[in-house]
Amino acid sequence: MSNSARADPAGNAASARALRRPRPLGDRVFQVLALVSGLLVLAILVLILASTTQQSTSWFSHEGISGIFSTTWSVQKDQFGALTFIYGTVITALIAVILAVPLSVGIALLLTEVVPYRWSRPIVYVVDLLAVVPSVVWGLWGILVFAPWVQPHVYAPIAAGLKGVPVLGNLFGPSTGGAVYGASLFTAGLILAVMITPIITSLSREVIATVPAIDREGAYALGATRLEMIRGVVWPHSQGGIVGAVLLGLGRAMGETIAAALVIGSSTQITSHLFTPGYSMPAVIANQFGEAFGVQRSALLGIGVLLFVLTIIVNVLARAAVARSMARQRGA
Amino acid sequence: MATAIRPDKTDLREPRGWRRAKDRIATVLMVIAFVIVIIPLGFVLGTVIAKGASIISAQFLTSSIPYNVAPANVGGMGPAVLGTILITALATVLAVPIGILAAIYINEYGGNQFLTRLIRFMADVMTGVPSIIMGLFIFAIWVIHFGYSGLAGAFALGCLMLPLVIRSSEEMLRLVPDSLREGSYALGASKARVTLTVVLPAVLSGIVSGSLLAVARAAGETAPVLFTIFTVTTANPNVFSGANTTLAAQIFANASQPYVGAQDRGWGAALTLVVIAFILLVAARLVTGRVARVSR
Repeated sequence: MSNSARADPAGNAASARALRRPRPLGDRVFQVLALVSGLLVLAILVLILASTTQQSTSWFSHEGISGIFSTTWSVQKDQFGALTFIYGTVITALIAVILAVPLSVGIALLLTEVVPYRWSRPIVYVVDLLAVVPSVVWGLWGILVFAPWVQPHVYAPIAAGLKGVPVLGNLFGPSTGGAVYGASLFTAGLILAVMITPIITSLSREVIATVPAIDREGAYALGATRLEMIRGVVWPHSQGGIVGAVLLGLGRAMGETIAAALVIGSSTQITSHLFTPGYSMPAVIANQFGEAFGVQRSALLGIGVLLFVLTIIVNVLARAAVARSMARQRGA
Repeated sequence: MATAIRPDKTDLREPRGWRRAKDRIATVLMVIAFVIVIIPLGFVLGTVIAKGASIISAQFLTSSIPYNVAPANVGGMGPAVLGTILITALATVLAVPIGILAAIYINEYGGNQFLTRLIRFMADVMTGVPSIIMGLFIFAIWVIHFGYSGLAGAFALGCLMLPLVIRSSEEMLRLVPDSLREGSYALGASKARVTLTVVLPAVLSGIVSGSLLAVARAAGETAPVLFTIFTVTTANPNVFSGANTTLAAQIFANASQPYVGAQDRGWGAALTLVVIAFILLVAARLVTGRVARVSR
C-alpha cells in the first residue's frame, strides 16, 4: 500500500505559511478528474446491468420465469426459452476447465519449480502467445481446419468404439441419428480449453511464486523429492489461489463468444452426446442479435443479463479466493 | 556427545526406486503439458501464415471488399484495415487517459479507503466481463438512440480496455518509491504536479507497455463491435457516423461463408490481424525492456 497520503502537503507536515495558502485550483481539479475516472468503473458496471435489464424486460414479461428456463427457442412459435443455451455454456465451460486445469497447473509448476529462470521467460512468452491470437482466428481455424479434420479421424473412431458402452457411450458415442459432427460441443470445449490456459497458468504461477522459499528448502532438507516437496509444501500453500485461478478460467470460458459461436455447431438441442452440435449463451447472442427484433432481441439481451450476472459471480468468487490466498502468504 | 551422527551412515544421494520414478514421471508430465499446449498454437499460426501469406499483398490491404462469391485474387480487405485502425485508435484515445487517471486515483489519492479497494476489486472483476456484454451494453445505451457508428464500436472496445489499462498502470505506479514523492513535496510542489511531473514519468514506459497490450487485445476483438458498427463491406472513413467494419468482424463474417474466395480473404485478414497484434506485443516488450535496463 502506498504511503503517499501521509506525505500530502495539505497535511500536517506543511509549514504555517503553506497551511494558510489554499491548494491551487488545478490541483483540486486534477484530484476530482482522477476520482471521476475511478468511479467510471463502478458506473459502467452498474449501467451495464441497468441498461441491458431495462431492454430485456419485454422478454421477462412475455415468457415469465418458467418460459425463460424452457427449452423451446423458436421465432415461428414466438417462444424464447434459454435453457438450451445455459446447458451448452455450462457443458463447454466444464469441458474446457477439465482439460485446461491439469495442463495449466503442470506448466505453472514447470515454470516455478523445474526450469531455471532463463528458460522460464521463453516458456511464458510462448504460453502468452495463445492469448495474443484473437478469438476469431481460433474460431476460423476451428471451423475451417480443425473440425473437418477431427470428425473423421478422431470423433468417428471413438464414437464407433464406445457405441453402447453405458456411460461413455452416452457422452462420446454417436448421436441418435448415428452421426458425429466436427462442429460440436466437444470441439468448442477443446478450443476454449486452449484459450483459457494462459490465464489459469499465469495466475497459478503468481500464486505458487508466493510459497515461502524457506518451506521449500525445509522439505528438500528433509530429503523430499521434488514431487514430494510440491505435494507437501506448494500444494497446501497455493490450493486456495489455484481454485481462484480455475474459477477465473471458468468465467472466461463461459463468456468466450466468437470462437464458440463458430465451432459449437449452432443447434438448439440438449443432448448428452458431446460430439453433436449445441449452442451457448454468448454464441446465440453473436449469431442472432443482428437480425433479431422485438421479443427475440429482448430475449437475447436478457440472455446477456444472465451471462453478465453469472460471470460477475464467478469472477468475484475467483478474485476473492486469489486475494485471500495472496494475503495469507504475505501474513505468513 | 556420543549421539553424534556417524558420517558414513548418512545417505545424501538422490532417493532411489519408486520415489525417484514418481518424481521423474511428474516432471515428464509437466513437460508434456507444455508440449500439448504449443501443438495447437503451432498449428493455428502455421495455418494462418501459410494460407494468409499466399493471398496477402499491398493490393489486398488496400482494395475494397468484393462479393463473397468472388475468387480469392479479386479485391481485398482495405475497408476493414482502415476501420480496424480508426476504431482501435479512437478506443485507445478514450480508454487510456481515463484508465491512467483511475489508476492515479487508486494509487495516489485513494489510500486504503473502502471506495478505493472497491474500485480496484471491481476493475479486476471487469476484466472478466465477457466482451460481448460490452457490445450489448453500448447497443442498449448508444446504438438504439444514435445508430451504428465506428464511435459506438470504439466505446465498446474502450469499455474492454479500461480495466486492463487501470490494472497495468496501477501496478506500475505502485513501484514508484515514496522517497521520490516526498522529495518533490519537500520542494513545495502540489500533489497534481508531483504526480504528473515526477511519478508518471518514472514509470511511463511501463504504463505505455501495458496500454499497448490492451490495444493489441482490443484490435482483435470481434464480439464488442458486432452490434455496434454493423459490419458492412464498404469503406467508411468517418468513424463518428454510419456503419463501419473491422478485420475481426470481416473474419467472423467470412468464416461462415461456403465460398473458397471469401474464406481465403478471411485467412488473409486473420494474418493481417495476427501481425498487428504481434507488432503491438513486440513494441510493448521493447518498451518494458528499456525500463528494466534503466532501473538496473
